[in-house]
Amino acid sequence: MTIEEIQNEIIDEFSMFEDWEERYQYMIDLGKDLPLIEEQYKTDSNIIKGCQSKVWVHAEMQDDKIEFTADSDAIITKGIIAILIRVFSNQHPKDIIDANMDFIDQIGLKEHLSPTRANGLVSMIKQLKMYAIAYQTQLK
Amino acid sequence: MFNVDDIRKDFPILSRKVNGKPLVYFDNAATSQTPQQVIDVIVDYYSNYNANIHRGVHSLSQEATDKYEHARQKIQKHFNAKHAHEIIFTSGTTHGINLVANGFSSLLKKGDEIIVSALEHHSNIVPWQMLCERTGATLKVIPMNQDGELIISDFDNLLSDNTKLVFVNHISNALGTINPIEHIIKQAHLYGAAVLIDGAQSCPHIKPDVQALDVDFYVASAHKMCGPTGQGMLYGKESWLKKLPPYQGGGEMIAEVTFEKTTYADLPHKFEAGTPNICGGIAFGAALDYMNSIGFDTIAQYENELLEYATQELLNIDELTIYGTSQQKTSVISFNLDGIHPYDVGTILDKLGIAVRTGHHCAQPIMDFYCIPGTVRASFAFYNTKAEIDALVAGVKKAKMMLA
Repeated sequence: MTIEEIQNEIIDEFSMFEDWEERYQYMIDLGKDLPLIEEQYKTDSNIIKGCQSKVWVHAEMQDDKIEFTADSDAIITKGIIAILIRVFSNQHPKDIIDANMDFIDQIGLKEHLSPTRANGLVSMIKQLKMYAIAYQTQLK
Repeated sequence: MFNVDDIRKDFPILSRKVNGKPLVYFDNAATSQTPQQVIDVIVDYYSNYNANIHRGVHSLSQEATDKYEHARQKIQKHFNAKHAHEIIFTSGTTHGINLVANGFSSLLKKGDEIIVSALEHHSNIVPWQMLCERTGATLKVIPMNQDGELIISDFDNLLSDNTKLVFVNHISNALGTINPIEHIIKQAHLYGAAVLIDGAQSCPHIKPDVQALDVDFYVASAHKMCGPTGQGMLYGKESWLKKLPPYQGGGEMIAEVTFEKTTYADLPHKFEAGTPNICGGIAFGAALDYMNSIGFDTIAQYENELLEYATQELLNIDELTIYGTSQQKTSVISFNLDGIHPYDVGTILDKLGIAVRTGHHCAQPIMDFYCIPGTVRASFAFYNTKAEIDALVAGVKKAKMMLA
């Protein structure tokens, strides 16, 4: 599936919910399916800066595609990073770099995009795209 | 007679909604809300007599200067300083601390010691670390116990003839503990050390008397006591303020300038370079008028009721831990649901219209002491109600249900 197809799938899933509570509950559940980062990669250098909770991300290249794993010590943050990884994992670096992230707004998580938001959704997206840029450079 | 419903009418913001729910504002330790009486003063300033002060010969400038200096006198009276010129207008508590730390750069030498407490805000740690780096002085720390109280016997042992400065907050922002500053000041003076008390968290709740305390420096922020942001005050004993060199150079702070030599203005202007926050100073005075019209004894008594009620109600929730359990504390409750990140709890509460603070509250050493990433902090002001506390308790229960 392309990034856009996955995003549309997530938008569909979230459109079933009536209120914030159901959306958050679903996000928390998505966090439980997050491809967990191996303990050895849970290092300080893999922590995403700008988050009030800790978020670790690890990226590996498999046949021209990036595979992400992650973890967080906060449950809601874990749900957020799980959504991002579902969108970005197993994709070509260039597609990740070019990805439009407007779907965040459409699934009712716009408030997490505000610069004052301490969870750092913006930092997470930026960090995942940084990995993509780094791998893209290697491919050239 | 204190009636919270009447008081709430003074605060326009308290009737707004957040995320579709009535706002419950429990982040008062970060900043307090502003009553209409203070908002009116700000509007009046910009509508009727906005002008630069101290220099202009025109009437508007004169009027603004009078109001600004009158505000300084209100602050002097509030804190019971001996002279109005012992009150320096600052941009806030952090500015006041940095002003003093910078001033001591030229007075300290290698081997001198500075004592701070384990309960400090980063703003009362970092400037002293920087001062130590500049001067070669060493930083010593008064440790704390499990209840979040300073271990005062250890403080007494840290004091020596090398101690030049002691910096302690009156009340801890992260835990609400009221520190025994009377004892600390008295003991420090036995060794000739100067004492700076950070009053950012105390001034919204109690009325300090700087002469009775015999404190050398006391700093506060207007925005935590119903005033505007970007405004604060530094009290310093006249003798100390004369001894310290100016902090910043510029207009207002000079007596005479030639390219060879500048002589500095008298107190307080020596420390007030540039055009100050004129409106902020005047509004600070109005905020003190407002709080004094209610009365600090009344405020403290009511807030204590809120604290006791909230403590009792929150402790009824299983697997909830309160950090900072001193008998001497103000209306701040720092807590966690066991095994749940404070950020998660804060996010759910926000969706319910309840504003709390989460994180380390700029006091990482305290969080390290308890081995936690941070806490949820609910801090109450005199315009909060028991019904709002009920909403908080219900919100925490909901968060627990969703996150467990």
